[in-house]
Amino acid sequence: MKSSALRHIRVCDFTGQLAGAGSTKWLAAFGAEVIRIEDPVRKGLWDILRAMPPFVDERRGHDFGGGFNNHNVEKLGITLNLRTERGRELLAEIVKRSDVVAENFASGVMERLGFGYERLRELRPDVIYVSNCGFGHTGPYAAYKTWGPIVQALSGLTFTSGLSGREPAGWGYSYMDHTGAYYQAIAILLALVHRARTGEGQWVDLSCTEAGLTLHGAALLDYTVNGRPMRRPGIPDSNRSQSPRMAPHGVYPTAGEDRWIAIACRDDREWAALAARIDAEWARDSRYAGRDGRIEQEDELDRSIAVWTQGQDRFALQEELQKAGVPAAAVQLPAERIDEDPSVTSWGLFPEATHSKMGRVRVDGLPVHFSKTDWHIEHGGPCLGEHNERVYGGLLGLSPSEIDGLRGEGVI
Amino acid sequence: MSSAAPAPTALDGIRVVELSSELGAFAGKLLADMGADVVCVEPPEGSPMRGYEPFRCDVPDPEGSLYWWHYNTSKRGVTLDLDTASGRDAFRRLVATADLLLECEPPGRLERLRLDHDALLRERSDLITVSLSPFGSQGPRRDWLLTDLTLLAGGGPVWSCGYDDHSIAPVRGGGNQGYQTACHYAVMSALTAILVREATGEGQHVGVSAHAACNVTTEMASYHWLVSRGTVQRQTGRHAMEHPTLPTQIECADGRHATTGVPPRTPPEFARLHEWLIELGLEAEYPEAIFLRMGAERDGIDLSQIGSDDEVTAIFAAGREALNFIASRISAYDFFTGAQQRGITVGVIYAPEEAMEDEHFRARGFPVAVEHPEPRRDLHLSRRTLRVREDPVAHLAAGTPTR
Repeated sequence: MKSSALRHIRVCDFTGQLAGAGSTKWLAAFGAEVIRIEDPVRKGLWDILRAMPPFVDERRGHDFGGGFNNHNVEKLGITLNLRTERGRELLAEIVKRSDVVAENFASGVMERLGFGYERLRELRPDVIYVSNCGFGHTGPYAAYKTWGPIVQALSGLTFTSGLSGREPAGWGYSYMDHTGAYYQAIAILLALVHRARTGEGQWVDLSCTEAGLTLHGAALLDYTVNGRPMRRPGIPDSNRSQSPRMAPHGVYPTAGEDRWIAIACRDDREWAALAARIDAEWARDSRYAGRDGRIEQEDELDRSIAVWTQGQDRFALQEELQKAGVPAAAVQLPAERIDEDPSVTSWGLFPEATHSKMGRVRVDGLPVHFSKTDWHIEHGGPCLGEHNERVYGGLLGLSPSEIDGLRGEGVI
Repeated sequence: MSSAAPAPTALDGIRVVELSSELGAFAGKLLADMGADVVCVEPPEGSPMRGYEPFRCDVPDPEGSLYWWHYNTSKRGVTLDLDTASGRDAFRRLVATADLLLECEPPGRLERLRLDHDALLRERSDLITVSLSPFGSQGPRRDWLLTDLTLLAGGGPVWSCGYDDHSIAPVRGGGNQGYQTACHYAVMSALTAILVREATGEGQHVGVSAHAACNVTTEMASYHWLVSRGTVQRQTGRHAMEHPTLPTQIECADGRHATTGVPPRTPPEFARLHEWLIELGLEAEYPEAIFLRMGAERDGIDLSQIGSDDEVTAIFAAGREALNFIASRISAYDFFTGAQQRGITVGVIYAPEEAMEDEHFRARGFPVAVEHPEPRRDLHLSRRTLRVREDPVAHLAAGTPTR
């Protein structure tokens, strides 16, 4: 059964990839009617994930991309050729019936399509329009293009991920596609709250790079207040903790090839608990008893801990340290955190959704539960044009023969 | 802060009571920066965050923690001792005036104090409570300890981040991204619950698991496993993949780094890259320039022929190498703007302060000054990210709460 939380909301959705599609996934899982508008000429492949691996079997093509399915559960999908006059008329009818128009094109694309904010507002005076692009719609770089790793590079997030004396490690995935989508969802929800209270719609110009630039904790204040930049010798060193200072605080090797455990001691009490568990002469060294001493000897301390952890089973060690009151976590592989982690299985974090062609496939669920209007994921991402009849017939009231005609004329 | 009257904000008139916590402080900040009246409740001795580095002028001071300042902009602050009857009574009266309670107390603590969501419905029948916890309020690990590091290690992101050399430990990205990911979900939950209440008049309880939040914020690492049981492997400065890919991160002439992204693929891109090489006076030093010219003169480049068609293979490789060659001869910033002006998507790897000083973000008004009640100078905080047209919510209300 669909969630009732946002069932009164309809979204005209041009988003794609993860940076955009992730935002409307939240809305759809909470029951909003999200209608993806896709180009029949290019088979919807502006969103390249439609045809990208992983695949459930040997079948390929625009209905089989595993990532697309993951990001587009519970949405409707229609095709619409906006190069045609009739296509633009139909879009205008959909906009009139939509609370939200969402997109993550490069800046200027919606204007060129003839559906910039002014036009949207003519069609629907209280429309909420949320655009999400790398640099926003104004400023010297407005015309520049981005994708996740570029956003991470420009916003400082690539730089701040790495070990001392080495080049940036960066993020091994598009963290800012996820997080850009979260901000787009937040923007849509904020604008909906404002409209619910005032009746006013608005345009939110979201810059994904600016979103990333807000995520540095106190580092920017350390720069503006104390004049201390992040580009300085020994920094970044992000497996350690500078804010607040802690030691030990690192990722240490364990038994097995490329297997690791993260351990952090927030205070002297937690260090004492760890030292008791280590139970070796070096761990009783009085220089380590206080935090400042441990920070001063951090290299030596880390080397000793690595020798101690090496050869131990990371899951057994994690259990023991947690029991002893020390924050610790095995660096989990995807299989471990998805299939074997008891806190995840009891949560129902990876539901199975039914895709019209791929069948039942597990997808990322949501890390929240509502007591009255919880999310619900049952349907997979839409095949190209899967809901043309439902939307053109049900929402716009066209007859089956009119819909056939649109198909024949290349409009849908 | 400008002297103009504050513009209306999206959450004007919404009151949030936040039980101060390291895990949830960013959620309260986002709600407060967007106009909610967030009342931050600290214990009488103050939040532990007040002891976190860095400090203003590096002087330890409960009113001078920049960590505390950053995560508590726009909030108001009060102290209450929930372990006393009078403290609990005051807390109940405070909650009675609020739309939403945001809390990250250890699972079970509020029930023991009779301050949990169900008990607080007596004070406010349409209350929304957002409970953010490390592993959820139920389950076998509900009492496990966590820091941002262990959260990102157990939740998945660390597995995907690091270097090509796997004898080097995998890496936690900096900046408290584990906490912040959890808080993004807490904020989405709070706003969704507010919309439900606007429509139905009903409040409810929302549980958010920080561990689960990170576990669904790993992009391909999750869905390659879910769909085809593939396991990605970390690589320097680029996506972790099931199979190794070519490097995309390069050190430029000024010692700073850039990311080269996707190399040229279309004839116009090859033409523009070739012209750039000529403009820089570097064509003679780049022997493969001839392949760029060939790429520019073809009707198209069929990427599926890379590896099988020698000419296509050479053209594609020459494009990638030409970008690396240019990057090695100019600064990272000039590489970024030069390539982008030619329609080639690359990025300069900025330190955070370099991004904040960049003309683009300044032109958009990204850094904003806020007043703090105590220090004698304005502080430049990074502003929240939503630029709103027509009905600007652009307004960062105040400094941080003091006790």
